[in-house]
Amino acid sequence: MSLADTGAPARVAGDSPPDVGRPRRSLTERLLAVRELSLLLALGALILVTTLRNDRFLSAQSIKDLLLGCAILVILAVGQTLVIVTRNVDLSVGSILGLVAFATGELFLAAPGTPWPVALLLGVGLGALCGVINGGLIAVAKVPALVITLGTLYAFRGVDYYWAAGRQINAADMPRSFLRLGNQTVLGVPVLFLVALVVVAAVGFYLRSYRSGRELYAIGSEPAAARLSGIPVGRRVFAVFVANGALAGLAGVLYAARFGTLDAAAGSGLELQVVAAAVVGGVAIFGGSGSAYGAALGAVLLTTIGSSLAVLRIDPFWQQAVVGALILAAIGLDRLLALRMAVRLRGRSLHGA
Amino acid sequence: MAHDSLYAAPPSGADTEREAGRLAGLRGALGTWDGAIVAVLVVAVLLASLSVQNFATGRNVQFLLLDLVPLALLALPMTLIVITGEIDLSVASVVGLSSTLMGQMWLSSGLSLELICVLVVLIGGVLGAVNGLFVTGFGLPSLAVTIGTLALYRGLSFVVLGDQAVADFPAGWTAAAVQTIPGTSIPAAVVPVLLLALVFGVVLHATPVGRALYAMGNNDEAATFAGVSVARTKFWLFVVSGVVGGLVGIFWTLRYASARGDNATGLELTVVTAVLLGGVSIFGGRGGLLGVVAGVLLLGVLRNALQLADVDANALTIVTGTLLIVSVVLPNAVADVRARLHRRRRRAQLGAS
Repeated sequence: MSLADTGAPARVAGDSPPDVGRPRRSLTERLLAVRELSLLLALGALILVTTLRNDRFLSAQSIKDLLLGCAILVILAVGQTLVIVTRNVDLSVGSILGLVAFATGELFLAAPGTPWPVALLLGVGLGALCGVINGGLIAVAKVPALVITLGTLYAFRGVDYYWAAGRQINAADMPRSFLRLGNQTVLGVPVLFLVALVVVAAVGFYLRSYRSGRELYAIGSEPAAARLSGIPVGRRVFAVFVANGALAGLAGVLYAARFGTLDAAAGSGLELQVVAAAVVGGVAIFGGSGSAYGAALGAVLLTTIGSSLAVLRIDPFWQQAVVGALILAAIGLDRLLALRMAVRLRGRSLHGA
Repeated sequence: MAHDSLYAAPPSGADTEREAGRLAGLRGALGTWDGAIVAVLVVAVLLASLSVQNFATGRNVQFLLLDLVPLALLALPMTLIVITGEIDLSVASVVGLSSTLMGQMWLSSGLSLELICVLVVLIGGVLGAVNGLFVTGFGLPSLAVTIGTLALYRGLSFVVLGDQAVADFPAGWTAAAVQTIPGTSIPAAVVPVLLLALVFGVVLHATPVGRALYAMGNNDEAATFAGVSVARTKFWLFVVSGVVGGLVGIFWTLRYASARGDNATGLELTVVTAVLLGGVSIFGGRGGLLGVVAGVLLLGVLRNALQLADVDANALTIVTGTLLIVSVVLPNAVADVRARLHRRRRRAQLGAS
């Protein structure tokens, strides 16, 4: 769109009221445009339908299970949002989670007296280190993150298998205080979910209100333009991968605390669920848009679908198929809204000129 | 990038021209990825036959090649798709769904196995057409679409058979899948793979369609203006990918005499790895089929040799991952160094004249 198309002079002269030539948007379309709202509506509808069929779905215990079940996916989805917003993707998160979870178990085997905050810090550190490897390779090779993180997906998982050598770590090997972290509740809310909430709030606030957070969107919208406007693209992308690695590390430690039983396969295939949660949550796969809140809601929605299928007595094998259909619906919807937006903008500029 | 800087400013003067010619010749022989990967393959085979016991036996060759048939088949259409700048992550799920559909039809429909095979291949084509429709018809990114159908098709394959397996296929059919060419230890299944590879190779390297694929990968818009029907070509590529997925589904089912929902899970990542290892650029527009075939063989030989040397099969994922990373980082690093050397030489020449 050229500068002349914007019709700015006419607007300045004041002889055209601002909303002339702006086709009225339907209510549903406006609702759909705010992804968080439509996700909440979908979530509400899902819970309502499920509860009507089986009123135990809204019992305190079942809500607690739900919150516990989605916490880890929420943390991963929020980390993935940071990466996808910059037009990258990190497929290695499932492997990082598995590696860190197993390392945490090993730590308690080697030093049973380790206080859990130390284990937590070490886990986050190991995750960040994996992120440094990802970010560093991407910076050196200048190839899409998809390829590099596909490679490290295998490499980290392979290290995990090599290290574990077929062993399994059981809950008995880990201290009580640590395992309580995974199952304890505060005022009925699982600690795990509170941790996830803190992560969502922190990342959401950062993306929305910090200069470097806004720059991530600029990088994702048009990397070349971002570079020309003085944004240190390479450094930001590197930092994003480190942050995502650290969050995956955090998720790994929490995974160990929650499940107690660990082998080298922990978290296999999780990366697709994480990307799915982010995409369903309105984070565009080609960067530049989306929010941490949306991704978190996407993760909650995916988890809720899983448990409501069970309650509705629908074959649990349908779950993955539903997730796939949901991804297709979400990106299709995004595309539709973007096209209508483009038509509207064109219409407006024609009127202005 | 580095290549651009080499060609953008051709050195003037007879001396430098001759030198550039010599350099190009050297690059042609050693520097092409195809040549390098074939060389590495030969070295790997020699090393493995000399140092790994039982590697160079007929029985091992038979299993090595049988294991590679699905990977090699899926890599053929994937090469073409990646060259156009798209990707199809749903191939392994197409294999899984074809396999379970074949099992379910054999179990309950009473059709002859010949007819079932034809139907399965057709269904594979339909599954590919769904991908193609979403990508070309709705203009959605293939990465997101095929992540969606990856989950959708895998989910459906569990819906079809649940966690059961169908194993009572006629012995004649399952034996045919692993049969060797009489008098050799080479599996008969290799013949159709080679024929298909030949067809794909001719199409890619010797027809206008193949050249159009490269044009699309380099620049969609320019290809459109050059009279290439980008959308239609890409659509049919996805259909072909689905058809091949159906064929692999049949082979997989008969080879292991078992139709299960989790057949070929995760194979898509190995296929992409083999294609990228074969020198196809993930950006599209570059790469050839010879390199991909060599990449498939290299991946198979390395895994097989290490497995014979008692390395844990799961820990071998390190090899896959590392190969992938090296194959994308190395060319860029080499190109970087070359560009730097070239600049230095040019500066020296300018200083001398």
